[in-house]
Parts: sequence; structure tokens; C-alpha cells
Amino acid sequence: MPSLKDMRNRIAATKATQKITRAMQMVAASKLRRAQSAVEVARPYAERIGAMLGNIAASVAGSETAPRLLAGTGRDQVHLLVVCTAERGLCGPFNSAIVRLVRERANALIAQGKEVKFFCVGRKGYDQLRRQYERQIVEHIELRGVRTIGFEHAQSIAEKLLSLFEEGAFDVATLFYSTFKSVVAQIPTAQQIIPATPPGGANGPAVVYEYEPAEDEILAELLPRYVATQVFRALLENAASEQGARMTAMDNATRNAGEMIRKQTLTYNRTRQAMITKELIEIISGAEAL
Amino acid sequence: MATFHFELVSPERLLFSGEVDQVDVPGAEGEFGVLAGHAPLVTMLKPGILTVFTGGGRQHIVVFGGFAEISPGGMTVLADTAVPVESLDSARLAEEIKNTEEDVADTTDEHQRDRLRRKLEQLRAVQAAVAGLNAGAAAH
Repeated sequence: MPSLKDMRNRIAATKATQKITRAMQMVAASKLRRAQSAVEVARPYAERIGAMLGNIAASVAGSETAPRLLAGTGRDQVHLLVVCTAERGLCGPFNSAIVRLVRERANALIAQGKEVKFFCVGRKGYDQLRRQYERQIVEHIELRGVRTIGFEHAQSIAEKLLSLFEEGAFDVATLFYSTFKSVVAQIPTAQQIIPATPPGGANGPAVVYEYEPAEDEILAELLPRYVATQVFRALLENAASEQGARMTAMDNATRNAGEMIRKQTLTYNRTRQAMITKELIEIISGAEAL
Repeated sequence: MATFHFELVSPERLLFSGEVDQVDVPGAEGEFGVLAGHAPLVTMLKPGILTVFTGGGRQHIVVFGGFAEISPGGMTVLADTAVPVESLDSARLAEEIKNTEEDVADTTDEHQRDRLRRKLEQLRAVQAAVAGLNAGAAAH
């Protein structure tokens, strides 16, 4: 039986925790607003570049000069899984949901006899995957201390990816991140980025474009940018999802802490009253005995 | 005058979207103007000034490379970086050029130096274009 003092301390500790979780929820809420608008303003570019690539790809499709980034290496033996996760925890199932999807995919690929490599962006995913696939992790990037994700971060990641591709380190690259649907719904997503699979060409009959300079030169510039844009988008979606997930998780934590405080206070008061009653009984029976 | 739909987007935001009369673009193989009904075209951009004409007014925007696509539906410019001329800080640009020059002198890595050189060229091109624009505005 804990003493009254112990119980008081427990209640105080739970209250302190509740304060922290409430503060974290509020911070996440305000960060979420910023992250959400970042996703929204970046969306047009990602859409347009996809459409543009789709148009051009349609016109060079099937030709032998199509760049390898678009046509692939002709094999799909080595898969690179690019895992984007958060740098911090305490955001509910956000990180583990992404990692779970990655594990499922990796195990399916290994079962098919493919080789799997990992490229981790973000510490949490790296920590979780390291236990199982230590030797297959070819790169790991931490975006710690990065306050707002800029395009240059995505670009440097894309450059690393492309140079790995040039070296022939992998045939297919898939990007794993969490799509931000709403504050309560973040969907772990897998998206193939190399070879690039742009969304189907623009609506209506294919337009015959003039190219200046030639198609392949434009594609040589456009494809790396497309990859960088997809990475950028994944990072932004992830940032918004992370804050959304943290907000929900912290909201739950605050509520649970409230419930715990209520229960603890109840037990505390009962014990306190029981003690008073006991003391009274002792005094009264002492007085009667005289 | 016939108008067409024009959109200017950079990875970080949508800078312009609406009906315009004419757009002058710094194409990789020469500057060109686009009017409504232009033939479908895809081109790369070099760093320079993009001019948007809307109902008598004009707007200058500095772009650092990118792509332009003209389709029957309108025109889309995907700029690597785009800044309206008014908000471009020429002192900061000069400083950036100076920093890059120093970086070029300091780097030992061949690949890195090539990249910096290209960046330097781009920055100089933009500086010259902005200077030309300001001189033109003063003459008017």
C-alpha cells in the first residue's frame, strides 16, 4: 500500500506529463498548418512536371534512344527501397506504419529471389531497419536540424540516388513515404521513381510538340528533376503526415493522462478518508475505554 | 487581343496563374515571345528574365533555368527558381557571385568546380539581364 505522500507524487508526475503532451500537441498543430501549406504550394509543380514528362515520354516511347531513367536497365533484379521517415518519435504509428510497408515489400521481393537494398532518409526508419537488414542499407541520410525542407535537400538526395543508379547499384527504385490525407489519416505509400512512371499523358489526342533542343536533351534534364521533385514531394507529405500523426497521438495521450489523474485522485481521496476514519475510531474507542 | 492561360511554377510555389496577352521567355536557344495560338513546343530555359504581359501591364520575373511547355491548352513554365525582379536583391546577388567566385578558387574537386562555374555563369547572366532591364527602365 503506497503512502499518501507517494500517491500525491504520482498525481503530480502524471499532471506534469499531461502538460508536456498538451504542449506537444499544440506545437504539432501549428507545425502541421505550415507543413500542410507547404505541401499544397508544391503540388502544382509536381503535377505539371509529371504531365510534361508524360507528354514527352509518350512521344519517345518505344524508341531505342529512350534514356535509361525512363526505360529502365532492362532488368529488375536489384531493388532499392528509399525509406523516408521522421527524425523523431512520439508520433503514433507514423514511422512504424511506413517501416511495416517496407518490410512487407522487402520480404515479398526476397521471396521472389530479388536482391533488396535500402536507402534511408530519416533516423527512425534507419533505426528500425538496421536491426534486420544492417548490411543491405547502402545510404542513410539524416535531416536533423533541418527546420523547413527546401528543394535543395530533395535535390541532394536525388543526386545520390542518380549516381547510385549510374553506377549500376540497382535496377528499380521505389520511394516509401506517408501520404497526407487528413489530420487523422496518413497513408503509407510506395511509389516507383526509377524507372520513371509518369502519369498517363495529357487528356485528349497526343499533341505533336516541337522540341528545342531535341527530346533526348530535354529528357536528360527533365528526368533528374522529376526524380528530385518526387523526392521533394515525398518529404513534404511526410512532414505534414508526421505532424498530423503526432497531433493525434498527443491528443490521445493528453486524454489518457486526464483519465489517469481522475482515477489516481479518487484512490488518493478514498485512502485519505479511510485514514481519517480510522484515526477517529481510534480516538473515540480510546475515549470510551476511559 | 487574344489571351491564353499561363502558369509559372517553381518547386516551392505557384508564382503566376492566369490569362495573359504575351509572355517573353529566355529559351535555351534564344529568347522568344509567345502569343495565343503558338505552336506546341517544349523547351529548356536558360537563366534570364521572363516577361509577362497582361492587359497593358507587364511583370518581370527572374528565372534560373527550367522548362517551358506550350500546348493548345496554354503555357506552363517550370522554373528551377523564380523571383520577381522587384524582390531580387541586387546587393545579395553580387555577394552571391563573389562567394561563388571564391568557392571556385578554393575547390579542388573537379566535378564540384564545374558545377560552381556553371552556377557562376548563371548568376552573371542574371545580373547582366537585371542591369539591362534597369537601364532600359531609366531610359524610358
